[in-house]
Amino acid sequence: MKILGISAFYHDSAAAVVVGGVIVAAAQEERFSRVKHDPSFPVQAIRYCLEEAGLALDELDAVVFYDKPLLKFERLLETYYGFAPRGLASFVTSISVWIKEKLFLKKMIRDELEKVGEYNRKKMRLIFPEHHLSHAASAFYPSSFTDAAILTIDGVGEWATASICHGQGKDITVLKELHFPHSVGLLYSAVTYFLGFKVNSGEYKVMGLAPYGSRDSAQVKDFVRKIKNVLVDIKQDGSIALDQKYFTYATGLRMVPDRRWAKLFGFSRRQAEAEITQQHCDLAAAIQEVTEEIVLKMVHEAKRLTGSDNLCMAGGVALNCVANGKIQEQKIFSNYFVQPAAGDAGGALGAALAAQYIYFEKERTIDTAQADAMQGAALGPEASDRSIEYMAKRYAAVFSKFSSFDELTNLVARHLSDGKVVGWQQGRMEFGPRALGNRSILADPRNPEMQRKLNLSIKYRESFRPFAPSVLAEDVAEYFDFTGASPYMMFVHSLKKSRCFPTDDSGQAFDIKAKLQQQRSDLPAITHVDGTARIQTVHKESNEKFWLLLQAFKQKTGCSVLVNTSFNVRGEPLVCSAEDAYRCLMRTEMDFLVIGNYIFDKGQQPLWKEAMEWKNEYVLD
Amino acid sequence: MEFLKDFWLFLRERKKFWLLPMVLVLLLLGLLLVYGGGSAAAPFVYTLF
Repeated sequence: MKILGISAFYHDSAAAVVVGGVIVAAAQEERFSRVKHDPSFPVQAIRYCLEEAGLALDELDAVVFYDKPLLKFERLLETYYGFAPRGLASFVTSISVWIKEKLFLKKMIRDELEKVGEYNRKKMRLIFPEHHLSHAASAFYPSSFTDAAILTIDGVGEWATASICHGQGKDITVLKELHFPHSVGLLYSAVTYFLGFKVNSGEYKVMGLAPYGSRDSAQVKDFVRKIKNVLVDIKQDGSIALDQKYFTYATGLRMVPDRRWAKLFGFSRRQAEAEITQQHCDLAAAIQEVTEEIVLKMVHEAKRLTGSDNLCMAGGVALNCVANGKIQEQKIFSNYFVQPAAGDAGGALGAALAAQYIYFEKERTIDTAQADAMQGAALGPEASDRSIEYMAKRYAAVFSKFSSFDELTNLVARHLSDGKVVGWQQGRMEFGPRALGNRSILADPRNPEMQRKLNLSIKYRESFRPFAPSVLAEDVAEYFDFTGASPYMMFVHSLKKSRCFPTDDSGQAFDIKAKLQQQRSDLPAITHVDGTARIQTVHKESNEKFWLLLQAFKQKTGCSVLVNTSFNVRGEPLVCSAEDAYRCLMRTEMDFLVIGNYIFDKGQQPLWKEAMEWKNEYVLD
Repeated sequence: MEFLKDFWLFLRERKKFWLLPMVLVLLLLGLLLVYGGGSAAAPFVYTLF
């Protein structure tokens, strides 16, 4: 079967092509359009995926969209009906979009596909699996498990906001669902909104901010009590009920009633880019704690219902790698797999896989030689030597080409150990939000100045945000309280106690900069304020080039860890082409760019002239 | 036509026939708003509100 999966029209549009059960290509539209979280129909991503698979539209057995629009429309109507007369303004806004476009999604998809290429409209088979089934499929089928509990949690799909399924062989059985308006994802997003960050993209900032709040402090405990007593009723099985008096997302154009929340928590909603104070950090810590409690209860329930040894997870909340780390530490299951593209982009892949195994009932075979079928998430386009040289010619860029990759890695390792920052582009682009060594900015984690330098001079983003480490898989236990595999950077764990330095934040007036400047371990650039890190273990089998670079860095310095942050600036999607990467080099204070076997030294490049203020090109994410 | 067929199958599957009048009214209103604006039908649309 040749199947194209699509997610579109909400956020993070993406496409994926599956041929005979093998994931051939997958990519987000934002990488091509250069619009972060681009929701538009993924014409360019589809074009790329088909090209990679060598397929024309007419050769496809099915095009699969990642949710059911009519079921979503039913939810919309019933919600407005249930809340009427509240929500009239929101109703008028959303219903007009539905009546003009979304209700006629089949026609819309067919029309949009014509932009990709010519095809026979009548013969094209369109399939619409449910949103959470797409998520469940994206987590279970690429895993190496024949039997697994599947937990999906996000804001909302059609009705479901979370689900527990049982995956067995090629079948997925839905066992339990939590329905709108009660949603863990929307609760987290509501706090994200109240803390002045963007909904659907700022949630990871709340997660990064949480450790700046002290979980033992009276204020955090008070916030936790208020969230649990007033906002959310948590049941033993992890299902929740949100008091809708405190939320307006069901019918309003905002997430929460600002004044009611201000009265509850004792401070007003933070404006975007306003100063972050202790109370903001404490609320972030409180919602993180409550979220972890709910998710852990759901995980226990998934275990109780399935009795499986394995757990697969997907959905936007599965990107909360702090909660994932806690789940792993509890050892409720023996094995875990979190879909690296856990958000809606991964829905495109899940939809295609659901069609393969559930709709077409094809047999599922698992390649036991691989840890999973995601191929290290390297499912996107690759820059050819020709495209690199074409780009270099266009910008009159100065470069050196290495015939030996070993020589190149030795040179890059030397630059990194000298405190230089390197943009590293190798092989196929990652699918999902994480840079995993194919489109990464790399630096030396031992350098105490590196976090500040990367945040302020290269990424141009908030100084509190932590950086993640990539570590040689075989050396992970030397640095972290973790011994397993985490190739997709989906789990947060503590650094080894022996590597951490004693610090004292108590009694100190809150100052985020002061906390940042404290050196907390011998790897300060990747150690978050609570002594944790979002770990990526790098395996020779799944990412040999990155593994070789880490080896070279280890040989030079004795350290098997590098700072790995996504190759982009704030608000920009991950770089895709050689041109995107070169532009990023020239706009920032990065020192070197490596693409394939080519290296570009920033100091040797011609003067970069850009008429427009490029920072305005990317809105705050 | 494809939409009407799909919608009917959907209502049958979900047993939510009570949605039918609401959707039909919305669709009619939508059609009027989309195609009626600036035409001879416009005064009729205004009197509805």
